[in-house]
Amino acid sequence: MTAPILRVAGLSVRLGGSHILQGVTFDVAATGVTALLGRNGVGKTTTLRAILGEIPAEGGVEYDGVPVLGRRTHRLIRDGLAYVPEDRCVFAGLTVAENLRLAERVPNPDYRLVHELFPELEARAAQRAGTLSGGQQQMVAVARVLLNPNRLLLVDEPTKGLAPAVVTSVAAVLGRVAERVPVLLVEQNLAVVRKLATDAIVLEAGRVAWQGRATDLLGDAEATRSLLGVGSTAGRH
Amino acid sequence: MSTVVLLTLTGLGLAALYFLIASGLSLVFGLAGVLNFAHGLFLSVGAYATWWAAPHWGLPAAVAFGVAAAAATGALVELVLIRPLYTRHTEQVLVTVGLSLAGVALLQSLWGADARIFPRPAWAAEVTGVLGASVPVDRYLLIGAAVLVLLALLAFLRFTRYGLIIRAGVENRAMVSALGIDVRIAFTLVFAIGGALAGLAGILGGMYFSAISPGQGASLLIFAFIVVVIGGLGSVTGSAIAAVAVGLLQQFVNYYGAPGAGDVSVVVLLAAVLLTRPAGVAGKVATA
Amino acid sequence: MTARLKPFAPLLALLVAAVLPWSTLSVPGLFDGALNSPGTLQLLAVCLVFGGLALGYDLLFGRAGLLSFGHALHVAAGAYGVDILVSHYGWPLWSAALTAVLAAAVLAALLGSVALRTSGIAFSMVTLAFAQVAQITVNRDPGGLTGGEEGLPMRTSGLPAGLVGVLNTVNLYWLALAFLTVVVLVVHTIDRAPLGRTLIGLRDDERRIAVLGLSPYRLKLVAFVTAGALAALGGVTYALVAGGVSPHIASSELTLSLIVMAVLGGAGTRWGALLGGILYAYLDQRLARLGGGLPGPFGQPLFVLGTLFILAVYFVPGGLAGLSRRWQTLLGSLKPRTG
Repeated sequence: MTAPILRVAGLSVRLGGSHILQGVTFDVAATGVTALLGRNGVGKTTTLRAILGEIPAEGGVEYDGVPVLGRRTHRLIRDGLAYVPEDRCVFAGLTVAENLRLAERVPNPDYRLVHELFPELEARAAQRAGTLSGGQQQMVAVARVLLNPNRLLLVDEPTKGLAPAVVTSVAAVLGRVAERVPVLLVEQNLAVVRKLATDAIVLEAGRVAWQGRATDLLGDAEATRSLLGVGSTAGRH
Repeated sequence: MSTVVLLTLTGLGLAALYFLIASGLSLVFGLAGVLNFAHGLFLSVGAYATWWAAPHWGLPAAVAFGVAAAAATGALVELVLIRPLYTRHTEQVLVTVGLSLAGVALLQSLWGADARIFPRPAWAAEVTGVLGASVPVDRYLLIGAAVLVLLALLAFLRFTRYGLIIRAGVENRAMVSALGIDVRIAFTLVFAIGGALAGLAGILGGMYFSAISPGQGASLLIFAFIVVVIGGLGSVTGSAIAAVAVGLLQQFVNYYGAPGAGDVSVVVLLAAVLLTRPAGVAGKVATA
Repeated sequence: MTARLKPFAPLLALLVAAVLPWSTLSVPGLFDGALNSPGTLQLLAVCLVFGGLALGYDLLFGRAGLLSFGHALHVAAGAYGVDILVSHYGWPLWSAALTAVLAAAVLAALLGSVALRTSGIAFSMVTLAFAQVAQITVNRDPGGLTGGEEGLPMRTSGLPAGLVGVLNTVNLYWLALAFLTVVVLVVHTIDRAPLGRTLIGLRDDERRIAVLGLSPYRLKLVAFVTAGALAALGGVTYALVAGGVSPHIASSELTLSLIVMAVLGGAGTRWGALLGGILYAYLDQRLARLGGGLPGPFGQPLFVLGTLFILAVYFVPGGLAGLSRRWQTLLGSLKPRTG
């Protein structure tokens, strides 16, 4: 058992008078996919953004053994902590090629991997990212991250709003990525979680309500229903 | 006919000044979210630095010095005054308001409130005939400078890495940081570029009006604001189009209508644009 | 004991301000002449007018969160309105003042209904542009009405005898004090009324108010018109105190100084903007008088005030009002605890 790549301890966030995170504590393993789950509005995205320093937070975050809370976002990213945000956040006015060029952080970015995984992006290099479909935009968002060597990926709801066929291919790509880099994945689609995740953490009202093996959670219909508000069969296809 | 030609070229000359001021304002607002009232100060710094240096070093070197001084002022303002306030936009606007008041007063204490005669190259004072109209050459100087700046700015935004960062940052600053880029360097850069362009506008304005005064920046600034809003915040091309529209409208209405009607018509244009398209002619939503 | 007296402090201040003209005390350093000398009373009257103007502006800025860059327009509407009616058309002062304020309120309703269709920075720009039109119009002297850059001195023959002449400066002082009292009463009544709380809610989160089924647009328009009418009333008072109007009153610089006053004093607080206005106007006049004697840029009132303002934004967030609150917390924490 290796040391975890990310340790979050007592993470608290207050925004506009409301206490959104109230001492969130969990570890992310150095291999595989750790799923961060919970109903809408329990603070999953806030947790990621607090780890990244996008919003002010208290508590402790250790990345690869080093305390990083309070560091500026771009420094963490340069340290190999990559982020695929909710709603893709591609730059709509920039072309696909420009979106990728902007994300380059190293002298020899891995375009071979990107073009192998997403041949479509190579063909659409000169197209404005704003005119792409949701699935294509998600490809750009993931590709931006894969150009660079990473030590941990934070991925926020990559399958949200995508057609079922696209969900499957995005999940397949994430599965391949996770073979090399650990991933902290926020996801609502339990089928994707079932397919990818080794560990799972469930947030409820700003606190960790459950953590353990993903199979233990999804295998327990009662726990799944009470924690996530859905039957565990909902994710079975 | 000759009147129309003269009015058009004069209007375009004015548009050139508006564009030089507005493009920097627009980039600063689009990227950093700061409505910069101190922009008029950058203009005055450029003009006064050139005016001061011209007798010592000759005009071309003095112009370069003025532009550099204005760029340095812009960068300094961002580093020292704007940056410590992070994302507190109202406070940032307030600081630039204070700076514009204090800066103009400082210039007044140094060089007096009265207008100073501004030097210009001898050829700029000449007059040429175009389609039967006698057009002062300084109009071409303004228009030519603005066109060059427009092309250079577009090339910079399109083909350089920093241009890419600025364009992306105007869309979504947080996401630029999330790609591992220190977006604040780009903030300093746009303040410096904005300062340089405003300084150039101050110098060219000085040549055009043959005089400079501490308050000149403020009066040009308000029309530049209007150009920025009509053109869309953060859009250089939008600023150029809006500057031409505003400059021409102002000249023609001022000539054919009652005195001052041109200025009023520009404001009416602004109100009309805002009521029909709150996002401006091009660019992102203006309510941010 | 002090806590029980606190609610009466404003009344006490008003009383002191009202009887001040009977005092022959002289405060060297602060004022040139005795307190009841015409020069000092004139200076104080201007301070009181700006205290009222700043508090009225803060109804928009500090309370409703509307950063208007065009407030000078409403001040100018009142000032020029009354001056033109009295000096050109020979109206009696009181009906001229009433007409000017009402007309300014109607104008504010018209402009507000357009400007408030935008929000945020766009609102600031639209108000700035409207005020720019007003300034241009005033400077062009349409039909010889405004006197252009020279301004328009008030024709004294049209005024009640009690407001004319150096000896009657005291009446102008009381007039200014009355204006300030009116603004305080109006703004504080709004603060206590549901409208005030809704405005603050609007400033903090517009969506929440819309969810409550209230129209943000209409509420903001009410605030805009009220602030416009108060500004016009201030303009009328200013025209009387200053004995006429100059185009400076329509300039964006006046609006900017109102913003500075509100922030310096503490925007959105009960007394902050009022104190900021009085302090700013005092410093502005004193520095202008001392001007020649001070070295370099310090001879320029705007340099000193602008710099002071920037420092205040950084180091005294919340302005004077915030400062006094922090001072009280400090005192409270120093007090020995009992029980």
